[in-house]
Amino acid sequence: MSTEEQMTFDQEPEPSSFRLIATLGVAGFLSGLVLVSSYLWTKPTIDANKAEEQRQAIFRVLPGTADFETFTLQDGQLQTATGPAEDRVFLGRDANAGFTGFAITGAEPGFSDIVTVIVGYHPADQAIIGYQVLDCKETPGLGDKIIRNEGFLANFSHLVVDPEIALVKNGTKKQPNEVDGITGATISSRTVVNLLNKAMTKWKGPIDAYLQAHPELEKTTGHE
Amino acid sequence: MQEFLKGLWKENPVFVAVLGMCPSLAVTNSAINGLAMGLATTFVLIGSSILVSLLRKVIPKQVRITTYIVIIATFVTVVDFTLQAYFPDIHKALGAFISLIVVNCLILARQESFASKNGQWRSFLDASGMGLGFTFALFTLGAIREVLGNGSLFGVSLFGKAFEPWIVMILPPGGFFVLGFLLLLFNWSAQRRKQRKMQTA
Repeated sequence: MSTEEQMTFDQEPEPSSFRLIATLGVAGFLSGLVLVSSYLWTKPTIDANKAEEQRQAIFRVLPGTADFETFTLQDGQLQTATGPAEDRVFLGRDANAGFTGFAITGAEPGFSDIVTVIVGYHPADQAIIGYQVLDCKETPGLGDKIIRNEGFLANFSHLVVDPEIALVKNGTKKQPNEVDGITGATISSRTVVNLLNKAMTKWKGPIDAYLQAHPELEKTTGHE
Repeated sequence: MQEFLKGLWKENPVFVAVLGMCPSLAVTNSAINGLAMGLATTFVLIGSSILVSLLRKVIPKQVRITTYIVIIATFVTVVDFTLQAYFPDIHKALGAFISLIVVNCLILARQESFASKNGQWRSFLDASGMGLGFTFALFTLGAIREVLGNGSLFGVSLFGKAFEPWIVMILPPGGFFVLGFLLLLFNWSAQRRKQRKMQTA
């Protein structure tokens, strides 16, 4: 700052500290009002969007599903739950209320951030029958192939989860429980396999117990 | 009118002033992302410029920067909520960079160097020009990177399956390459303009 500017600056009367504090206080207060009202205004739409996204994903991974029930894990057992939240599985039903399978979500740190995946699980076949990535920030063009690479998605049309899912090199899949990895996306492919194994370990027992307690579900299984 | 036009080309915030590099490089991996980021920034810039220019006699000099930041942050958060509610896909793609508009030096620079010294009409023109110049720059970057890096524009495939995309273009280095070439182009055109002026003079 030049001396000339310094002088003009000094000549101006100094506003009182009270005025400075009051200005900032008023600015903060008004800004707060605007923020709260816009938050309240947009929140219902944001929540509806999220719920709708989840609905669509459940319908995609469980073919034929028209409706679903939400469950959470409590004391090692499936309990009915409501609303979107973490740690849920979804029991799918088709248009005639027949059982279509369970939709299970899993999350695991990938190459750059948490990868979240939802799969459709068919208990009678012990197989995954549908797959969709919900959230993924993997490298564009490499890791993000786990979202829509056709060869990779083909793994999940009927993937047996027993005893566990194994990742193999691209083009060497022989067993029904093996996943053909993506060349150039080894870490992201491994993340998906790990997260599915973890999710299955967590949910398989409670789901089997639930099905034993509700034998009518097994009979109405419509999936081939 | 001069206030409006200068931001588009002669004082373009990205290509001439090289301001706001963080979003220009980070979110321009597709045309739609660049466009959305540019428009969000434009909205914040226009809103804060008008408000700052209206309040320029009320705000004491000593706390002006703090007050500007509060005003800018308010507009940014409103944009953030609105995008999240009505354009969730775009919000997902832009992620944290929406909130980071608060610290985009382009916006604070316009408040400090223009809106705080000029009337609201002139500030509005200046902000719209700068905002649209920024949008134009981000859109150009995004479009070039998407065409080369993904073989598509606005998600529509352009070349068919035979085209092998240059993946590097949608990765961070691609942003630097394209920006470098565009800066070259801008400087070259500015130089030619100067030469022509010299010749006619």
